[in-house]
Amino acid sequence: MDVVGVSWVWAPAAVLLLMGVAAAGAAFSGALSAGATGQRPVAGLLAPAYEAARLMRQRRRVLLGADRPLWRGGGGTLLVAAVLMVGVVPLGNWTLADLGVGVVWVNAVDVLVWAAAWLLGWGANSAHALVGAHRYLAQALSYELPLMFALVAPAVAAGSLRVGDIVAAQSQLWFVVWMPASFALFCACVLAFSLWGPFSTGSGPDLAGGVLAELSGVDRLLVLAGRWALLAAGSAVAVALFLGGGAGPLLPAWAWSLLKTLLVMAALVVLARRLPLLRPDRLAEVGWLVGLPVALAQLLVVSLVVLGRS
Amino acid sequence: MSDLITGLVFWVLGVLAVVSGALVFRFDSMARATYALAVSFIAVGAALLLLQLDYVGLVTVLMMVMEMAVMAIYMIMFMGMNPALMPMSMVHSRRTALGISAGVFLVLAAGIVTVPWPQRRAAPAADLTASLGETIMGSKMLVMMGISPVLFATVVAAVVLAAPRTRYDRFGDDLRSAPSDPHHGGVGR
Repeated sequence: MDVVGVSWVWAPAAVLLLMGVAAAGAAFSGALSAGATGQRPVAGLLAPAYEAARLMRQRRRVLLGADRPLWRGGGGTLLVAAVLMVGVVPLGNWTLADLGVGVVWVNAVDVLVWAAAWLLGWGANSAHALVGAHRYLAQALSYELPLMFALVAPAVAAGSLRVGDIVAAQSQLWFVVWMPASFALFCACVLAFSLWGPFSTGSGPDLAGGVLAELSGVDRLLVLAGRWALLAAGSAVAVALFLGGGAGPLLPAWAWSLLKTLLVMAALVVLARRLPLLRPDRLAEVGWLVGLPVALAQLLVVSLVVLGRS
Repeated sequence: MSDLITGLVFWVLGVLAVVSGALVFRFDSMARATYALAVSFIAVGAALLLLQLDYVGLVTVLMMVMEMAVMAIYMIMFMGMNPALMPMSMVHSRRTALGISAGVFLVLAAGIVTVPWPQRRAAPAADLTASLGETIMGSKMLVMMGISPVLFATVVAAVVLAAPRTRYDRFGDDLRSAPSDPHHGGVGR
C-alpha cells in the first residue's frame, strides 16, 4: 500500500475533517461530563455546540493594556498548528503533502504551541494569564525532548522521515508492537502539546483559568477549538506513526485511518479526565529522569533491531 | 507558471523576513520585538524550503521558535532596572549600531553582486536530507563525537555555576543523606 499525494484543492476538505474529528472529541468529552454529574450522557453530546454558539454571540471583553496583535495571534496559532500538522498525515492512501521530512515537520509545528501558549498569557496583560503561560513553557521544556526521541524511533525503523514510508514500513507489523514506550510517550506528549489533562496546569482552576482567564467570545472559542484540533491532529499522527495508518481488514484504508484516529482520541480524552494534574516543577524531573531515558532506551532497542535486520 | 509562483513566494518571504527583522528595533515592547524576530526566522526557514533544503528549513523554524519563546521570558526576567513590562526603546548606541549594520549590509550585498559564482556542475542528490546527514555524520563523525562531550560539559558547568544551591546546601556534610529541598521533585526524592 503506497501513500500518494493528492492535489491541494483537497486542503479545505482536510480542514473540515480535522474539525469534525475535533468536534467528535469535544462531544464525547461533553457526554462523559454529563454522565459524571448524573445527567443522561446523551444530553452532554451537544454541550460543546451550545457553548460554541454562546461564545459566538458573546461580546469580547476589552482589557486595559492588552497587547491585542500578540494575544489574538497566539490564539489563532493553535488552530493553524493543528491544520499544518495534519497536512503531512495520510488519510488511508491519500496525503496532502508527502514531505520528505514529514516527521520533522510535525515536530516543528508542535513547537509553535510554545509560542502560542506564551503569547496567549502575555497578550492579556493579566497576572493569572502570564503565570499560566510560564507554567506551559516550563512544562514544554520537560516534555519536548522525550517527544523528539519518541518521534525518532519510527523514523529509524522505517529508514525515512517521510510519513508515507513509515506507514508502508508497518505493513508486516505495527510499530506500536515493538516500540510501545515510544508510543506511550508520544501519546502523553500529544496531551501535552494540546494543553490537555495532566498538562493543563497553565489553564487550571487554581489560576482562575490561567491563559484562558481573560479570553471571551470568539477568541475563547478559537483557543478551545484549537486545543481540540491539536488533540485530533496529534491522534492522527500517532495512528500514522505507530498504528499502521490505514491498514486493516474489510473497511477501506481511509475509514481505518479515521476510525483509529477517533479511537486514539477517545482513549486520550478518557485518560486526560482520569489523570491528576502534573505540576510543571515536578514534571521537570519526571520528563528528564524518566521520560528521556525511557525514550532513549527504546530508541536503542529499535536501532539494534534495525542493525540486526540489515 | 510554477516558476512565477516560486518567485512570488520568495519575494513575499524575503520582504516579510526583512520587514519583521527591522520591526524588532521599531517596537517598544520586549514581547513584540522577540516575536517579530521569530516571524523573521520563520520566513527565512520557509525560504530555505523553497531552495528544497527541507530539513535545514524546518530545523531553523523549530529551533528559532523554541529559542524565541524561551528568550522572551529571559529578556523580561533580567531586564535590569526596567521591568520590561513598560514601553521601552529596543536600541542603544544608535549611531554606532546603524553605522555597523549599514556597513555589514553593504559588504554582504557587494559580495552577492561581485563574486563570480561558480556554475553548477553536477545535479543535486535525489534525497538532500540523507546526503546532508551522510556528509555531517559520515566522514566528520569523529569531530561530532568530539564536540558532543565538550558541549555537554559546557551545559553542565554553566548550570552548576548558575545554580544558587550547591549539593552541600542540599545534602549537608553527608552527601549520601536525603536532600533538603524546598520542593520535592516528581520522582519521589
